Amino acid sequence: MGSVTQGFMKLFRGSSRAPGHSDGLTSHPRSIRRSSGLGEFTRALDGHDTLCVLDVGPTSASNIRYLTELGHKIYSEDVLLASRDPTLVHRDKDDNKILDEKRFLAENLAYASQSFDAVLAWDMADFMEESLVKPVVGRLWSMLRPGGLVLAFFHTKDAGPDAPFYRYHIGGKDTLEVQPLTVSAPTLLSEVGNGGYSRGAEDRVPAYRLQRVFNNRHIENLFRDFSAIKFFLARDNVREVLVTR
Amino acid sequence: MWKKKDEGEPTGMSQQPFGNASHEVGRRPGTQSSAFDTLASDVARIGKSVVIKGEVSGSEDLYIDGQVEGSVQLKGHTLTIGPNGQIRARVQARGVVIHGKVDGNVEGTDRVDLRKSAVLVGNISTQRIAIEDGAFFKGAVDLVKEVAAPPLMGKTEAKHETTAVAAASSTSPAVAARPTSIAPLSGMEQKKP
Repeated sequence: MGSVTQGFMKLFRGSSRAPGHSDGLTSHPRSIRRSSGLGEFTRALDGHDTLCVLDVGPTSASNIRYLTELGHKIYSEDVLLASRDPTLVHRDKDDNKILDEKRFLAENLAYASQSFDAVLAWDMADFMEESLVKPVVGRLWSMLRPGGLVLAFFHTKDAGPDAPFYRYHIGGKDTLEVQPLTVSAPTLLSEVGNGGYSRGAEDRVPAYRLQRVFNNRHIENLFRDFSAIKFFLARDNVREVLVTR
Repeated sequence: MWKKKDEGEPTGMSQQPFGNASHEVGRRPGTQSSAFDTLASDVARIGKSVVIKGEVSGSEDLYIDGQVEGSVQLKGHTLTIGPNGQIRARVQARGVVIHGKVDGNVEGTDRVDLRKSAVLVGNISTQRIAIEDGAFFKGAVDLVKEVAAPPLMGKTEAKHETTAVAAASSTSPAVAARPTSIAPLSGMEQKKP
């Protein structure tokens, strides 16, 4: 019994909480917007049977339903969530925090080369730890077949730590449903009266913090191993990019 | 007579209310388990303190709230994984409802439901799938169409659509099967060597 229990604990990374269930993670109502990048992406899939598509965003039943109804096979893997595994972090000799990239890539996106026809990367690169961005993009390149596509979103300006984090759902050929994800965060303590402190009401913050803003050159450099890149400017200051392997 | 079913309590595919739970496996006296209380009396149950290593098979609906490592086969019946359930196994059933954690491929010949507390790492092969907001899933989804029943002698029974079925199958509770190789998209820009 002990070995089975230990196996389960290791399976779920020693945490009593299931991966994907952050404390106080809340999904908010969806809003709809048109997406030129998504429209181009879905048009490219038209007429093809049983393509393999990878969605690296938070689990979306809508995306699974949309793509499977078209006859494609969808793989779902929340890469951003996986990158937040605390066991990936260790200290170097100068006591700096380092992310174990090798282990991350060994445990995530572990597919054979040239396995996929398309990848929905969403805005993963904007929120991911810097040391993982290029290795992950490199892995996506190796996983894609020649001619394969990546749909990615990039913020056009730095909205600061409060930039909303969205779960993206495919609502139609060129229709996106964006759903904010937030987590609860205790407010700062405030001084009250005779030096005591009180805690205010809980506040909610985006589930992930915006790490960086890419400009066009950065994006081109990030995807330099790919054969073609196409930019679309969407609303809400988000740049949509369709990249061809 | 029947306990009222509360909102949000995990339920299996059967919606019949359930009264006494005197023959539950592994239930400690005095513990509360609303999930058990809402199950029909004809559903077999594995309580949350039970740990099984091996093959679990049967010809009735089953509710698992404990730990299972190996395989679970309930062809033609419904399997419900309770919120405390932790399964590291290949799962095969007619219908599969997941509230807890599963590491292994899931084959539901009719339907697979992932409820909001579900955590599934593995591939899904089924006709229909439903995923609640909040569920975690890592793996592939392969929707298969039902295979037509063979015609009886002297009759033609066309109950189901006749289509080729590409069911994903696995002989081990692997986390994620590697995608098969297919031809690249045509019409795409190709990088010339």
